[in-house]
Order: sequence, then C-alpha cells, then structure tokens
Amino acid sequence: MSLVHQTNEGGQELAARSELTAKELLREVGSVLRMSEAEVAAMALEEIDPSTDQTMIINMGPQHPSTHGVLRLMLELQGETVLRCKPIIGYLHTGMEKTAEQLSFMQGGTNVTRMDYLSPLNNELVFSLAVEKLLGIDGDIPERAVWMRMLLSELNRMSSHLLFMATNGMDLGAVSMMIYGWREREQVLRFFQKVTGLRMNHNFIRPGGVAADLTPGWRDDVLHILDEVEPRLEEYDILMTGQPIWRERLQGVGVITSQEAIALSATGPTLRSTGVPWDLRRDQPYLHYDEMEFDVIVGSYGDAFDRYAIRLNEIRESMKIVRQILDRMPSGDYRIQDKKVTPPPRARIDESMEALIHHFKIFTEGFKVPEGEVYVAIESPRGEIGCYIVSDGTSTPYRLHMRAPSFVNIQCLPHMMRGGLVADAVAVISSVDPVLGEVDR
Amino acid sequence: MEQLHGCPTGESRGQATVFPSLGQYLPLLKKLADEGFNMCADLTAVDYLTHPGRPLPEGVSAERFELVVNLLSLDRRERMRVRVQIAESDVIASLFDLYPGTEAMEREVFDMFGLLFSGHPDLTRILMPEDWDGHPLRKDYEIGQIPVQFKQVNS
Repeated sequence: MSLVHQTNEGGQELAARSELTAKELLREVGSVLRMSEAEVAAMALEEIDPSTDQTMIINMGPQHPSTHGVLRLMLELQGETVLRCKPIIGYLHTGMEKTAEQLSFMQGGTNVTRMDYLSPLNNELVFSLAVEKLLGIDGDIPERAVWMRMLLSELNRMSSHLLFMATNGMDLGAVSMMIYGWREREQVLRFFQKVTGLRMNHNFIRPGGVAADLTPGWRDDVLHILDEVEPRLEEYDILMTGQPIWRERLQGVGVITSQEAIALSATGPTLRSTGVPWDLRRDQPYLHYDEMEFDVIVGSYGDAFDRYAIRLNEIRESMKIVRQILDRMPSGDYRIQDKKVTPPPRARIDESMEALIHHFKIFTEGFKVPEGEVYVAIESPRGEIGCYIVSDGTSTPYRLHMRAPSFVNIQCLPHMMRGGLVADAVAVISSVDPVLGEVDR
Repeated sequence: MEQLHGCPTGESRGQATVFPSLGQYLPLLKKLADEGFNMCADLTAVDYLTHPGRPLPEGVSAERFELVVNLLSLDRRERMRVRVQIAESDVIASLFDLYPGTEAMEREVFDMFGLLFSGHPDLTRILMPEDWDGHPLRKDYEIGQIPVQFKQVNS
C-alpha cells in the first residue's frame, strides 16, 4: 500500500520500507563512499566546527596486515562506527589481461595461474576449459585427465579454505589457528609439489589435458592428507566453532541479505551464506561433478560466522568428493592425442621428423584456435570464476577476460560494514576472503 | 533468423547470444531481468580495432568496440550473453539501476577501454591511477617497455 504525501513539489509517493526492493534499498542507504582521493584531500583543508562535524574519513590499508594484501578502504567514521566506505583497488594491477593478448594459448596458463594465487589450479582449469570449447575438443578429453582435474581442483579448494581458516583466525586474534591452518595447507601443497613440480602457479592443467601423469604412490599421499586433515577439522570445531569469544566476534557481523547479494552479483560462500543454494558444481556441472555425491552448504543469516562455517564444511565436502575420485580414477592417457594441441613425447622426437616439426611448431607458434568467442564459468573457492576468450583464428587470444569472483565480491564490503564497528571491519574483510591478485589482475 | 524482443540472436559454441543495438540495449536488459535473469555475472568489453571482420548476424553492423554482458538466471540455471556494438563516441546506458553489482565492472570497462556510461554513480578509474593517460586494453595502446642496462660484472 502506498501513501501520497503532498509537498511543495507535488505529490510524493511513500511506501513502507518492507516494500522496497533490495536494489532500491542499496541505493537509498548509500553505504558506498563515492568520493575521489582529491575530494577527500580537499575536505581536510576546510574549516570545520567540531561541535557539528562528527565524522571523519580515515584510510585502512593498503599496507594494513588484515586487508589481505593491498586492499585499501576509505572509511567514514562516526566515533567507532563505520558509516560509508569505499574499497580502493588497483595497487596490484599488472595488466594481466593485456599480457594475455601477447601470450599464445600454450603459454596462457602461466599467466592466468598467477591471478588467484590461492587457487591457481582453478584458474588454469577455467582457462583450459574455455580454450578446449573454442577448439571443439571439449568432449574428447581423456577420462583420466578429467578425473585428475577434479582431484586437483578439489584439493586446491581444500588448501584455499584451510588458508582462509588461518587468515580468518589471525585477523580476529586467534593466532594459534593461523599456525594450524598453514600446517594443514602445507600437506596439500606438498602433494602439489610432488605431482606438478611447484607449490603454487603450477601451469599443470593445460588445454588438452594435464601436463604429466600422477606420481607413483599418489593414492597413498592423498589418503594421508585426508587422514591428517579430517581429525584436525574436528579440532578446529573445538577450538573455534563452539567457542563463545569466536561466536561473539562473528555472529551478526557483516550481515547481507540474499536479495542484496544477488543484486551485487556476489557468488560463492558470500552468496551461499545468505541461504541461496547456488554452486556451479551442482547447478551447472562441469567435468564429472554431476556424478559426485556432495552437499551444497548454505547459511541462514548471511553473517561472518556463516561464511566461516560454510568454508569449514566445504573442506569436509571436498574431502568427500576426493574419496569418490580415488575410487573411480581410471587409467589411460592424461592428455589428448591430438598432435596439433599436445606436444609429442620426448622419445618420439629422436625417431620421427614429423614429431620434431610438431614439437617445434607448438612451442614456437603455439596452436591455432578457430575464430569465435566463449564464456566458461566454474566454481572456484571464492565463487564463480569465468573466462571470456575471443579468438581471431590465430594462436594468441584476441581478448582474454577473467571474471574474478573477488573483484565482484568486494563490492559487498560497504554494505556489510555499514553501522558496524571498525574492529568488525577486519572480520568483514576476512570473511569475504578476497585475493588481491585476482581483484587487480 | 530468430529474434528475441526484436533483437537478432545467435549462438557461439552452443552459448546463446543476443545482439541488441545501443538503443535497444537497456530496454532489452530490463525485459530479460523481468524474465528471470536475476544476476549480471559479468560485464566487459572488446576492442575489435584490428579484427573488424568478425561474423555477426544479419542486421548488425560492426563497430569498433563491443560490450559483452553475461547474464545468469539462478532459477532456470541458464546463461545469456548480450553483445552490443559500440562506436568510440557512443555513451552507453548504465546497468547500475538494474544490477547494482555492475558498478565496479562498468568502472573497469571505462578505465580499460574509455567507454562512457550515463547514469553511473561514480565513473572513475578503478585499477589505474586517477591521473593516468590512455586506456590500456585498447588495441592502439602500446605495450610499454623498460630499457634494461646490463653492467659488466667484475669477477
């Protein structure tokens, strides 16, 4: 029901607050401080009357230890309360999308893997899936490669969430949690080092399959990780989840509704914490996730505690998936036997002139990708990571764009922080878990 | 050729795409939002300066830039891509009122390509410094190089 209120500018329609849509509310409340640095600096020079001027603008970051890298927040404060805020990004911008236009599809993996440096394998996976779709070979990838990709991306989700446990604990003063989180993540990284040769920035998942087969004894290594991490998660529950100080610190902090989260295009744990069961692994399955048995964890309050609990339980779900992968890992090729995409094995080069030519061509020119454009999205630990590639028929992408989940998710920060305390701002940033390498690209 | 709300449609590798003109862009997006595309997953642009001959459906004339919007329907689990041809002097209607989440994405497109959006609340640079010249992802923006000096090492 709407009321009409007569003003000197004519009738104005009034509606109950509950009738406002999330979009109208977001606009009306105005949590975002839309002000440039120069404007803020000019304000500092103005004469102010301390009895009426109760707010101040301060900077948090980019060198603040709890802003997860080089995120800078301009906070408008009234006493200890945050009114408006503006996330300022770009301190880590290195033009990776421009660089991608210079690198061939063969080399592109080394570039994209450095964007979200906490889940590099998910970056490589989405890039490879997009290139394969452009090449039209997305149905021909050998089964072993597909299952290996799933195994690695789930382990990567575990390592990324374990690091979240560590940094979230550190930001809120639970320093012992920081050490435990890093300790468990180390187990996963050791496995990655064994299989891919590197702890981070692997360039292991490539268009056409994966770079190498699993190392002998990999099954025992994975089982060892699962056996180690599983009881440790129970310890986290004792240390954190049920602990009154931890709950006091997180519950009811940084609340966002599901309508707001959808309007702000938030994905991943940030969206799921509001009760929207949206997980691309279940809702738009890629690889063989449709054959996997797992639960999509959702929260109900949309606060920082829900986001913590979701990530903790997603580690358990990932372990469930990894166990199923262990049972079903097939044998066979680990990359497609298409000579235009996959370089020949080293031994063949000595025997065959053609193999030598293919090898030389692939590593100097790369392979040509038919003209077209494609958008592929997968579920990274932070949300929907999308890869939009335009090819003009040559061996380098004409345009490569990564839809980075953190870049979109940090738009929620002002709305989560409004009306909260400065001390809670730290908890809010931490609960969104942005990776600045991906935000700035 | 099939039409969607009067706009030519196409597909690329099995992904549905619709090609509105600049005037049809905002009305089409409003209709799509009403039809259940409740999230704007991604908004970006492409500079086709050195690749003008790309395939487009009939009735769509190629311009230098292209705005690419990827919509997502959480209920129907569908995606839809919207590609709009943009000339350098065009001003695009902002999607901020429809999808507040596009604020940062439109700022990025402005920063990287120099495309203008009308009705955007804060169209400023987002990744590059505020006083930066040029728009880096344009095809005529040179890739920088830093001269490197090698010194002789005394052994």
